[in-house]
Amino acid sequence: MTMGYKKIVLLKDTGSTGRTKEFYNLFLEQCRLENLQDDVQIVRVADIGMYDKGIVVRIIPGDITYAGVTEAHIQKIIQQTLKNNKPVKELLFTRASKQMRVVLKSCGEIDPENIKDYIACDGYQALKTMLAKSSSEDVINELKTSGLRGRGGGGFPTWMKWKFARQIEADQKYIICNADEGDPGAYMDRSVLEGDPHSVVEGMIIAGYAVGATKGFVYVRAEYELAIERVEKTIEQAREYGLLGEHILGSDFSFDLEIRLGAGAFVCGEETALIASIEGKRGYPSPRPPYPSVKGLWGKPTVINNVETLATVPVILRKGGAWFASIGSENAKGTKVFALTGKVKNSGLIEVPMGITLREIVFDIGGGMLNGKKIKAVQTGGPSGGVIPEHLLDTPVDYENLQKLGSIMGSGGMIVMDEDDCMVDIAKFYLKFCVDESCGKCAPCRIGGFQMLGYLNKISEGKAGEDDIELLERICNASKKASLCGLGQTSPNPVLSTLKYFREEYLEHIRDRKCRARKCVDLLTYHIGQEKCKRCSICMRNCPVNAISGDKQQGFLIDVNKCVKCGKCFDVCKFDAIIRE
Amino acid sequence: MIQAKINGIDIKVKEGTSILDAAKKVNINIPTLCKHPDLDATAACGICIVKVKGGNKMLRSCCTPLEKGMDIITHDDELQEARRTVIQLILSNHPNDCLQCARNNNCELQRLAADFGIRTVAFPHVAKELPQDSSSKTINLVPDKCILCGRCVQVCQQMQDVWALSFLERGFQTRISPAGDINLSESPCVRCGQCSAHCPTGAIAEFDQTPEVWKALYDPNKYCVVQIAPAVRVAIGEAFGYPEGANLTGKLYAALRRLGFKAVFDTSFAADLTVMEEAAEFVQRFAHGKGVLPLITSCCPAWVDFMEKFYPDMVKHFSSAKSPHEMLGVLSKTYYAQQNAIDPATIYMVSIMPCTAKKYEIQRSEEMYASGYPDINVSLTTRELARMIKQSGIDFMHLPEAQPDHVLGEYTGAGVIFGATGGVMEAALRTAHYMVTGTDADKVDFENVRGLKGVKETEVNIKGNKIKIAIAHGLENVEYVLRRVQKAIAEKTELPYHFIEVMACPGGCVGGGGQPYGATDKLRVARAHGLYKEDDDKELQYSHHNPYIKKVYKEFLEKPLSEKSHKLLHTHYTGRPLYKK
Repeated sequence: MTMGYKKIVLLKDTGSTGRTKEFYNLFLEQCRLENLQDDVQIVRVADIGMYDKGIVVRIIPGDITYAGVTEAHIQKIIQQTLKNNKPVKELLFTRASKQMRVVLKSCGEIDPENIKDYIACDGYQALKTMLAKSSSEDVINELKTSGLRGRGGGGFPTWMKWKFARQIEADQKYIICNADEGDPGAYMDRSVLEGDPHSVVEGMIIAGYAVGATKGFVYVRAEYELAIERVEKTIEQAREYGLLGEHILGSDFSFDLEIRLGAGAFVCGEETALIASIEGKRGYPSPRPPYPSVKGLWGKPTVINNVETLATVPVILRKGGAWFASIGSENAKGTKVFALTGKVKNSGLIEVPMGITLREIVFDIGGGMLNGKKIKAVQTGGPSGGVIPEHLLDTPVDYENLQKLGSIMGSGGMIVMDEDDCMVDIAKFYLKFCVDESCGKCAPCRIGGFQMLGYLNKISEGKAGEDDIELLERICNASKKASLCGLGQTSPNPVLSTLKYFREEYLEHIRDRKCRARKCVDLLTYHIGQEKCKRCSICMRNCPVNAISGDKQQGFLIDVNKCVKCGKCFDVCKFDAIIRE
Repeated sequence: MIQAKINGIDIKVKEGTSILDAAKKVNINIPTLCKHPDLDATAACGICIVKVKGGNKMLRSCCTPLEKGMDIITHDDELQEARRTVIQLILSNHPNDCLQCARNNNCELQRLAADFGIRTVAFPHVAKELPQDSSSKTINLVPDKCILCGRCVQVCQQMQDVWALSFLERGFQTRISPAGDINLSESPCVRCGQCSAHCPTGAIAEFDQTPEVWKALYDPNKYCVVQIAPAVRVAIGEAFGYPEGANLTGKLYAALRRLGFKAVFDTSFAADLTVMEEAAEFVQRFAHGKGVLPLITSCCPAWVDFMEKFYPDMVKHFSSAKSPHEMLGVLSKTYYAQQNAIDPATIYMVSIMPCTAKKYEIQRSEEMYASGYPDINVSLTTRELARMIKQSGIDFMHLPEAQPDHVLGEYTGAGVIFGATGGVMEAALRTAHYMVTGTDADKVDFENVRGLKGVKETEVNIKGNKIKIAIAHGLENVEYVLRRVQKAIAEKTELPYHFIEVMACPGGCVGGGGQPYGATDKLRVARAHGLYKEDDDKELQYSHHNPYIKKVYKEFLEKPLSEKSHKLLHTHYTGRPLYKK
């Protein structure tokens, strides 16, 4: 393996002066003067995980971060750090962040299209060492020590999957990378594939070695154009470097990869449906057992791992299973990437050690609530997950804890909600997603989901009775128990968890015909507060259904029977005279 | 062997036995809507859930093998409640118009709802409102009634290898339809009707032509005659509460007379005639080198259609002899009409067949009008006849037996075994032996050609000539046989077979797509046994010994393969490849 650049300098203006480019040029110029242009690559990055710290410069390898860098510091950084590997102490920034980047470590830091960058950051080191020194059993044992569990949501111990596949004698075995990321708002896998595709490929090769597979597929959704392009390049480069193909790095081990594109059906993220899709069949889940590790793709033993899981594998081999196991909590080891979004100040991808509390994530990493509103709940696990209320935010995040609360870890979606979010509306949103994405194979999910959505619509329109909640719960329970795959078993989670923690809100919708978050349009009423009204008539002129009548002498009134609750009057009134309840 | 417990009962079963099947062994019926003994579990309905004592997850008993030490609970509050909910969900999306349904009183969904005492459906009714498809005039598709169990798709794609039916759309919109959303008549459908025989509800049924037959029977200007196929006599009893495989030939004749048919014929007579023609054809090809080998039987219309569509290169291998039912049709309007001085234009010929494809066969080509009229006017399935008998108030159980009409109703044991897989071959071999050697074979039974093995291959020795034969039933089994032939022809190597029998339906005609519902291998064996028993009981077991066959040749047809028999009893085939490279 040849080395690429010796050092990579990452630049980002974390303030708002927009001077990144200026500093980029300054660094470039100085490096040229010092004749370092072939050894040092300078990269402007979009996100460096820090905020309000002026110009931030990070130098890898070595993980040195400087904050508040000025023009005057450039010369010193080049002389001391780039040339002599010594840190400039007065600029050093130690991140107090509770994040811990393992999988995302190189994302946004190295050039994902350049294998040399990956190699410069110890890439393919794990593979090289493994081929030279380890047996397949050693690899599986190392994973066992690490305690790594599937990051796609199921949380099944990765080493066990591998071991099952390894034990079966077969003329052909397969490794599949599940990159059919489909949860709304989740983009962990895409970021890894776009930012550090070699780590996934290395993970797949290692998996192939461990289970005795010679062929792998990256199943990625067709919408991920950039990720696909980068994986393609990665495979090409890896082949050039002898890391894929026959006799990898001169060993007896051969392994190659192909890309398969998914057409965007959510259910194809379910492993048996994914296999059917690769086989060219309709993406229908099939019953397990047999599990794919016994009888998978084309009937052969197949290991399916999620992108994040595979990207974690090389690090574990490099740093040791024990190191990985030292991170995290009792039941869940290592780190997990979450896509933090919603009503939180700093949304984005975060990577945290397992066992961190939701409160830490929202307030310490996410920077707290947007617009100073009060936090109401956090939704985890995407459409299959549940809502966790404020009073339970101190729960340490791991697979079992989240499940106990009626949610799941899922692939790592995390949405923060405040008082403006209506829990019926939230449940409806997620359920609608699952109903749309149900494959239609099994009755509890296909019909149950549709009927559940009907009840939620009824509730949010103020047409439901209290009995309807019982019927809704009844279907939820049946779908959970009787559905074939994870989609149907978990799609009731958003409904059940909101019913569990926010039942009052449901009852308000039913009994009082009120939506406290003012999200359910059908439950809103509009009227004019006469004391604030200046009788300008703008509301009357804008009402699309002529529901507002009156004149400047007598004032204006909204006819509630005519009103279609479009909110136009509310929006156009300059004096806050329209009252919406 | 696996030792476990089901509902506290100790049980020992073979490894790999599903919980559903294991439970049956200790007299526990776990309800299911989608699992069929002929087919692999698809796990679509969600009714057969069970749980393991102490576990919280539900298992689908149809597809989960019983494991050592499992303590299974099949019925308790929670399971019954979930099942009841799923049944109600299915009913909420089903027309529930049982009284007007083809499967009224014979529907698996109806039975389940009745067993569960469903008196009300708690959830709102959501109709599907999909159009019916009667375009094939053989099989009626009523997608509204479909519960998406997937049996028909499995039957069509796996068991029959036709791939006419598939799932379209997804989620709540999922439905069954020919791929590409075309009509069944435009699809690759070969009209075998196995989909209808496996459908648990009224979503797929035979194209009901009883109204036409009633009309003809009540028409004083029509001379209605009827013929019954061998397989009908051993299956119709199931509709009247007879034990499996009961042979009710005499009662059938009597019932048909009472329905108003002026003459009752037996297709088995024409089967004897087919044997004469086909055996002669075989001897000509085998012993005299006139025409190509192997000779392939052509009495199954679904098979003929399948071959024309999927194996057009095999057309010249087909026996040009028409199917028995067509031969009888043409004789009824020529020979019988002449003998009895009846105007053939007034003769209305109805055939009672175990088959839906016969409805198609009667209009297959202009050769099906060899008499100058439609040789067969209407072909009814066993199921349709059973309904007609019930409608007409005939006490079938207590009806005295009757005789068929002379000449066209007289048959040998060789003619009646046509209804079971291997029967045509066996009957033809008995006569071919005679045609080659001039003497009858010492042994009547060719046991190697009997039974339900998908492909049966054997050798028969006739006067030092080894005749290699193959018998396939269930269209999935055709590929193996024909590929071998194609390969030998292409490579100019020795032919693997000289004579091949193919029946589209598993078990042959006894398992036909128009037979009473609920066929399983056990039932197919019982029905076939009913036919073999009649063969044994018959004084004459060779077609060439049938005195009335001799008479018809003498008086009318001259000899096998004569010019006249060619004109009336033979046909030809046209390759109509569906897919071109």
